[in-house]
Amino acid sequence: MAADHEAHPLFMPVVFVGGLIFGFGLGFSHMAQPEIVLNFLQFEDFGLLFVMFGAAIVSGLAIFGAPRVLGRAPFTGSPYERRLKSLDKNVVIGGGIFGVGWGLSGICPGAAYASLGIGNYAILWGIAGMFIGAYVQGYWRSEPLESATSATNAD
Amino acid sequence: MLITEAVAFLPADPFPNGIEHYAVGGALVGLGVVVIYLATGIAAGASTFLESTLSYVSDRSRFQRYRASRDWRVVFALGIVAGAFVYALTFQSGLVSSSLHQTATTGELRDVGGLTIWVTEVQPWRLFLGGILIGIGTRVGKGCTSGHGVCGVGSASSASFVGVATFLLVAIGIAQLVQALGVSP
Repeated sequence: MAADHEAHPLFMPVVFVGGLIFGFGLGFSHMAQPEIVLNFLQFEDFGLLFVMFGAAIVSGLAIFGAPRVLGRAPFTGSPYERRLKSLDKNVVIGGGIFGVGWGLSGICPGAAYASLGIGNYAILWGIAGMFIGAYVQGYWRSEPLESATSATNAD
Repeated sequence: MLITEAVAFLPADPFPNGIEHYAVGGALVGLGVVVIYLATGIAAGASTFLESTLSYVSDRSRFQRYRASRDWRVVFALGIVAGAFVYALTFQSGLVSSSLHQTATTGELRDVGGLTIWVTEVQPWRLFLGGILIGIGTRVGKGCTSGHGVCGVGSASSASFVGVATFLLVAIGIAQLVQALGVSP
């Protein structure tokens, strides 16, 4: 799967350019500044609604438009699919834990990477914490699967 | 009751910093996702990078399942950092200006040899502790503000609507609580 994805010479460049626009947008919208996010969560500035819904509307147009207008993704041959995850208790539990962290710090993963780009070296505390948290959950969620790992490596 | 309390919280001006840079920035965030989606069919989120990158250093099965996508996720994250750096070089440093752009009103702007960097005043313990919870929550909850909030909501996914509603409401509650306890910034 990955080999096919990464076979096209423009695959990595287009991912980088996409990230570039994404990160520039986070800088331009000030969402890379934790204070702005906290101001939003504390009902002092509702501007962030325009970032979240603006981005979702733009992506929604592509996600619903692409399958109708284009056949398959040119660089991978993949069909255009919607991002659909199964709704179970993990979505609510994980969302709740994420919400506590987001409300406490004003940072989230994409905005944290962008924050580093605008010179906010203090965000390294947050990024280090995210890796530790991701490792902790991965460590404990690996346990029951460990014996089956060699048999089924693919997801 | 909850609604009247919420209304009492509302500021006189809900948009003290205007809306232009928020809307333009948000459209660009969406455009970044769209460029990758149209070219590759991948609806990219930013948080899987945390786990997929750990597969380089850990053999745990949970991380190894992301082995296939770990390389491009690193490239995506580096692109995000680079894009924000381009913003810092141009608009943040004053090299380029626009009526659509708003100069930072929070944190601290510092001049480093012609480049203006921005540094947060939010305390390190908040960033660190918040980061740990975000690292756990986003992975257990199957996405973050970009995966659920941008790609998932854009896909009209019910799991993502639930995910966004959950973390938004909880985050509002926590941020209000922290503020009420006098923690600032």
